Amino acid sequence: MARVVLSSIEKRFGETRVLKGVDIQVPDGGFAVLVGPSGCGKSTLLRIIAGLEETDTGSVTFGDRNVTDLAPRDRDIAMVFQSYALYPHLTVRDNLAFGLSLRKTPKSEIAERIKEVSAMLGLDALLERFPRQLSGGQRQRVAMGRAIARRPQVFLFDEPLSNLDAALRAQVRVDIRKLHDRLEATSIYVTHDQVEAMTLADVLFVLNQGCVEQSGPPLEVYARPRTRFVASFLGSPAMNFLTAEAEQVGDRLKLSAPGVDLALPPLTQPPPKHVVVGIRPHDVFFAEDGGLQAEVDVLEALGSESFAHAQVGKEAFVARLPGSAQPARGSTLRLSVRDEDVHIFDTDSGVSLRAPEAT
Amino acid sequence: MSEASSRERSSVWEEVLSHLFLVLFVIFALYPVLWVLSTAFSAGTAPERSIWPIPREPTLQHLIGVLTAPSFFRQTLNSLVVSVATAGVGIGIALPAAYAMSRFSFLGKEAGVRVLLATQMFPMVASAVPLYILLEYLGLLDTRTGLVVCYATTSVPFAIFQLRGAFDGIPRDLEEAAMVDGATRLGAFVRVVLPAARPAIAVTGLFAFMSAYNEFILAATILGKEEALTLPVVLQRYVGEHDAAWGSFAAGSLVVSLPVMLLFYIVQRHLVSGLTAGGVKG
Repeated sequence: MARVVLSSIEKRFGETRVLKGVDIQVPDGGFAVLVGPSGCGKSTLLRIIAGLEETDTGSVTFGDRNVTDLAPRDRDIAMVFQSYALYPHLTVRDNLAFGLSLRKTPKSEIAERIKEVSAMLGLDALLERFPRQLSGGQRQRVAMGRAIARRPQVFLFDEPLSNLDAALRAQVRVDIRKLHDRLEATSIYVTHDQVEAMTLADVLFVLNQGCVEQSGPPLEVYARPRTRFVASFLGSPAMNFLTAEAEQVGDRLKLSAPGVDLALPPLTQPPPKHVVVGIRPHDVFFAEDGGLQAEVDVLEALGSESFAHAQVGKEAFVARLPGSAQPARGSTLRLSVRDEDVHIFDTDSGVSLRAPEAT
Repeated sequence: MSEASSRERSSVWEEVLSHLFLVLFVIFALYPVLWVLSTAFSAGTAPERSIWPIPREPTLQHLIGVLTAPSFFRQTLNSLVVSVATAGVGIGIALPAAYAMSRFSFLGKEAGVRVLLATQMFPMVASAVPLYILLEYLGLLDTRTGLVVCYATTSVPFAIFQLRGAFDGIPRDLEEAAMVDGATRLGAFVRVVLPAARPAIAVTGLFAFMSAYNEFILAATILGKEEALTLPVVLQRYVGEHDAAWGSFAAGSLVVSLPVMLLFYIVQRHLVSGLTAGGVKG
C-alpha cells in the first residue's frame, strides 16, 4: 500500500503535447479516478504510472520510492486493461498464476491465492477454461482476479468497464468499489464515464487537454466546478449554459437575457459585462415569480421524473420536473433556482467567477 | 405450403449441383496424382496409354528399386536435414527481426523493409551463378550447409514478412500485461507473444520447409556428388537424356511426397487460426 505522487509530468508525442505538467497526489489506500474526454491524456498518464510509457519530465513516487525510471515489473503494480489482455493460450488458473510464478512465489502459496481470489470473484467453475470460452463479464472478472492475486501496492484500471453492457457495468462498478474497500490498496482508475467517476472516486481528477482542470472529492467538484468545462462534463443531463448581461445594482448582481431575470448576491470582484450562466437541470423548480421563462419543446417523461427540453430566449435549456408535471408543448414554464445553484463563468476563459478558491 | 416445398426442392437442386461441381473439380485435381500412382505400380518403363489410371500389370518393382538404390537413404536424409535447417534458420532469424519491425521504430526500418521486399522480387535462378561462385570460395559446394545458406536468403525475408504481419495482429496489451505482471520484454515475448503467434509460426515454418524440400534448380546447380543430392534432383535423374524410367520416377515421387503429407497432418492442428480470439474484448 502506498501513497502515489506524480509531480510535473509532461509528455510529448512528436509535436503534440499530451500532458502539460500534471501534479497528482493519491493518498495511501485512496481511490482516485482520472476522468476526461477522449484525447485528454488520461490513459497516457496511467501508462506513465504503470511504467509502460516514459515521462519527459517530472517524477512518479510510490510511498517513499521514486519509481520514475523503474520498469513496470519493478514497480509492484497490477493493471486491469480495457481489453482485459488475458493470455489466450493459458487457462484461467494459469492466467491468475502468471504474475506469481514469474515472481517465483512458492506453489503452495500460489494455490492458496488462486483459491482466495476465485472465491472472492466467483471464478471457481471457470478455472480450467480458456479465455475464449468465457463471456465478456467473466473475462472482466478474470482480469480483476489476475490483478488482485498479485497483491500489488497500486491497482491501475484502464476503462475496465467499457466493454460491458449497461446492466453488467452497474453491477461490476459496485463490485469494484467493494473490492477496493476490502483490499485497502491504492487504486487509480481511468474512465470517460462520469457516473463511474462520481460513484467510485474518493478523489476525482478532471483532465482536459493534458492538464488537471480540477481535483477533489467528487461531490465537491460537482457542486463547485471551477471551470465551464468541468461543469459541463459532470452531471447528466449536462448543465445548461446561457449567455447573460451582468450588472451590479446596489448590493445585488443582476443577470439578464431573454427569458432570464436573476438577482444574486454580488461577486467578490466587479462583474464583466457579459457572463455565462450555468444552471443544472436538477436545480430548477416551479415558482410563480421565477426568474427563468422556458418554452417547452419536448417532454421526456420517465415516471419518477420528467425532463423538459425547452428554450430560454433562443438557447436550449433542459429542466428536470417532478414526474407528475405534464406541461404541454409550447407552454411556458416559470422556473426558479436557488442562489447558490447558479454558476457564473467568464465568457472567454470559462473560469468560474463565483468559486475562486474552491479546492 | 407449396411455396415452402418448392423452395425446399430448389435448395435440394442447388445442393446437388454444387456437389457435382465440387466432385468434378476433385477429379480434375486428383487425376494426375492417380496417374502417377498407376505408373508407379505398373510394369514397364513407359506410362500407360489408357485413360483409366489403373495399373495393368501391378508390380512393386519400381518402388523396391527406388527404396533400395544405394544412396537413397542418404539422399532422403539430405533433403530432410536441409529442409528442417532452412525452416529453423528462417524462423530463428525472422522471429526477433519481425518482432522488432512490428513493435519498435528505429532508423532505417522502412528502408530495411523495402530491401527485404526487393529480394522477394527476383527469381532464385537469377542468383544461382553468384551463389555458386560464393559457395565455391567458401568450400561449401556439395554440402548441406551450403544449400541451407542459399535457401535462407529467401526463407528469411519471407518469414520476416509473414511473422511481422502476425505480430501486428497480436494486441500490445498482452505483452504490456505480462510486463506489468513481472516479465521482462524478452520474457513477455517468449511467454506471451510466441504462444499467441504459434499458428503463424507453424505456417511459416511449414512453408519454408516445403519450398526447401521441393527446390530443384539451385540444388541441381550446387550439388554434383551422388551422396550429396537432395530428392528433387534424384527424381530428375530417373528421367535422363537417353532413357526415361517413368515407373521409378513415379514411385520416387510417391515416396518423396510422404514426409510432406505427414508433416501437414501433424501441423494442421496448429493451423487453426483464431487462437488469439478471447484475449481481447468481450
